[in-house]
Amino acid sequence: MPDTLLKLDDIACRYGELTAVDGLSLRLRRGEIGCLLGPSGCGKTTVLRAIAGFEPICAGTIRLDGRDIATPAGGLPPDRRGVGMVFQDYALFPHLSAAQNVAFGLRHLPRRERRDVARRLLDLVGLDGLVDRYPHELSGGQQQRVAVARAVAPQPPLVLMDEPFSNLDVDLRERLGGDIRRLLKEQGIAALFVTHDQHEAFLIGDRIGVMREGRLLQWDSAFALYHQPADRFVADFIGQGRLISGVLSAPDAIETAFGMIRGNVAYGWPAGRRVALLLRPDDVVPDPAGPVEGEVVGRAFKGAETLYTLRLAPDAEVLCEVPSRLDYPIGARLRVRAEVEHLIVFAD
Amino acid sequence: MAPGLRETRSRLHGPPRNRPLRAAVLLVGALTAVPLAVLFSAWASPETAVWEHLAATVLPNLLRNTAALVLGVGIGTLILGCGLAWLTARCEFPGRRWLDWGLMLPLALPAYVLAFVVQGLFDTAGPVQRLLSQIPGLERVSFEARGTPWVIAVLTLAFYPYVYLLARAAFLGIGRGTLEAARLLGLGPWGTFLRVVLPTARPAIVAGLALAVMETLADFGAVSVFNYDTFTTAIYKAWFGLFNLPAAAQLASLLLLLVALALAGERRLRGAARFHETARGAPPPRIRLAGWRAILAATAGGAVLAVGFVLPMTQLVGWVAVSAGGGLDDRYWALLGRTLLLGGSAALVTVTGALLIGLARRRLGDRPSRIAADLSALGYALPGSVLAVGVMLSFAGIDNALNTLWRLAGGGSLGPVLSGSIAALLLAYLIRFLAVANGPVDSALERLRPSVVEAARALGARGLDLARRIYLPLLRPGLLTAALLVLVEVMKEMPATLLLRPFGWDTLAVRIFEFTSEGEWQRAALPAVTLVLAGLGPVIWLARRSAGAHESS
Repeated sequence: MPDTLLKLDDIACRYGELTAVDGLSLRLRRGEIGCLLGPSGCGKTTVLRAIAGFEPICAGTIRLDGRDIATPAGGLPPDRRGVGMVFQDYALFPHLSAAQNVAFGLRHLPRRERRDVARRLLDLVGLDGLVDRYPHELSGGQQQRVAVARAVAPQPPLVLMDEPFSNLDVDLRERLGGDIRRLLKEQGIAALFVTHDQHEAFLIGDRIGVMREGRLLQWDSAFALYHQPADRFVADFIGQGRLISGVLSAPDAIETAFGMIRGNVAYGWPAGRRVALLLRPDDVVPDPAGPVEGEVVGRAFKGAETLYTLRLAPDAEVLCEVPSRLDYPIGARLRVRAEVEHLIVFAD
Repeated sequence: MAPGLRETRSRLHGPPRNRPLRAAVLLVGALTAVPLAVLFSAWASPETAVWEHLAATVLPNLLRNTAALVLGVGIGTLILGCGLAWLTARCEFPGRRWLDWGLMLPLALPAYVLAFVVQGLFDTAGPVQRLLSQIPGLERVSFEARGTPWVIAVLTLAFYPYVYLLARAAFLGIGRGTLEAARLLGLGPWGTFLRVVLPTARPAIVAGLALAVMETLADFGAVSVFNYDTFTTAIYKAWFGLFNLPAAAQLASLLLLLVALALAGERRLRGAARFHETARGAPPPRIRLAGWRAILAATAGGAVLAVGFVLPMTQLVGWVAVSAGGGLDDRYWALLGRTLLLGGSAALVTVTGALLIGLARRRLGDRPSRIAADLSALGYALPGSVLAVGVMLSFAGIDNALNTLWRLAGGGSLGPVLSGSIAALLLAYLIRFLAVANGPVDSALERLRPSVVEAARALGARGLDLARRIYLPLLRPGLLTAALLVLVEVMKEMPATLLLRPFGWDTLAVRIFEFTSEGEWQRAALPAVTLVLAGLGPVIWLARRSAGAHESS
């Protein structure tokens, strides 16, 4: 790929006995925004730190802009990699003003120019008028913006962001996420984020990777992660849903409690094979004439919709999203049918 | 990612780069450990003859006096410290704001200064008795301002601020929520105080009490003003009066045992718990005192402040004023210069040591650096006289070995190399005051979060550039504060300086000792005022810090 900026090839990182990252490969294109998503402890931060040069790798290679920056034999020190980084705690320099923080990495420029660049960037992140404030005089969101401005100021081809929104409240997250995405796109800077929050990942990432126990399970678009998850963990981690069991009766048809469900692709398994089918809440629709009846065992009011958990059999549950004007109490019985567009099937 | 994991990682990758740091920390640890080990080894080979002599002569008296002082000062500081802390932290009455920090001021007055001022004021020839004798019917009243009650009173006034400071912080730290929860659970105001406030504040109060008791055990200057025999004065007499270093060593090791007992007592009384409550939200409303209660509270606080600081200071300034030229002659300036030079060198050495230990604990985090850190905190508990004996014994041992080697190599006698050198004194200061420097150095290092350094590296800073732009500006305030605190402590330090100083290295404190042992209060006044003024710096720093900690939250 000619426009590949960052290429991780089969990298591994170990802490003594513990393998934090194992056989991970991914590519990020110039100007693309990637996002590593996973539960805490899955090794996603370690990947970022390995790219930045703060952790050595014990297998594989990391290539940036066509040259190897890290191999098991060693790598470029962080200060020569030219990669920007936004830390989870922002790591602003407490003794420097906002503008001085942003100008920190601009040593190669003359003083006046440094100041101008810092001002322009603080303008861009919406902090004009606060250039001379010190970090302790800024709110969390403002500190975050300074940290981003500081990381992009030297115009690095790539910026790494470690849980950049985890210390902010939800409203602010969405607004800042959008702002930062716009800024990165305008400047043509590629970025790799780390987060455990899928909404954040969907909001910002062009391409999202789900990690578990040091491995990258899937590196794909948000749409593909939701509708074509590579395995059960991804299916479970992204979005909501429940697995129900079924039997393959034809290459593209599954016999289930809901009757025959047809997909739009053929599966490679022989007929008669037992499989598990993922049903998202919007795949299950109330229908008085539906083939199955379930008991309401859980309900969560969400405003426009209510999310019901239905028990079909002692070991089978589905989720069902219903307009909230239809109200069923716990214990009520509800007939439903399945309305599935993308079949998500795993071997049982 | 779990942050713990990240730290483990950088530690694993630390050793190759951090070898010099490891070596330096081991050196600091060894320097602190050797004198202690030498003293403890005195227990391994007790010199029976020396002990029998001591037991037959001074020991019973020393033990009796020490027990009386510890008990008296302990009770005194507990009542004064806790009572005043409760008034200023939880009550409201006229003058409370002033007393709140004013009651910390006696901390700037070394116990021996307070002691000689009290002597000068109250003893037979002093102004108080002269005044009394003019009152009809009291002409014949005459007393000596000496003996146990006087010493206890002076030491209590000098050391109550330790209890006051810690208890005050603890009382202020109890949040409104805690108190309201106690009330909701059915406790009345007194029940809340007894079952919630006191138990919560107990660890802090006990820690303050332990500090006061250890200072009492360590005090040399004040008791010698009163000619009151304790271990510290006995060590001094054995060393300088009888030139009997073994006897001094045995006495020092016994005093060390008492200090260890005090520390163990603190651990026990404090229990397993360490309460760190940070008050969230609004502080609980103060108890408003009115009428005679308010007057009583203001009078009590005011009286302690007056007797513990204002009166002694006034008397000192008065003495300086009446002495010829105020005593500000060339000799004084030379003395001040040498004191500052000594204090400055000690500050440099000590802050460097504290920085190494702090860095090692963060960067290496291994067993040796943890042990070095623990040892460095221990030094402050060592009485100066004990420390002096330990350092002297170690250096004498090294000198003996050096001399033997030199003779074997065919040379003549080298004489003392290390003992009696400035190095001995600096080492004693290093050991004693490492703990003082640790606090500010540690909080400075705290500002230097790993991510801040990493952020700077990711932005291209390295080597000297990194040191100049990140390390230095972030550490400077903490290092300067630490240096200032050590400087002032060294200026006030008396027993170790007295025992270890090389010829010509008198400090202000030594000069005060010399004047007061001759009863020349007036001539001791100027050095004393100098010390108090120097000591005000750290007290103001302390008062500001504790005010800031409770007002910003």
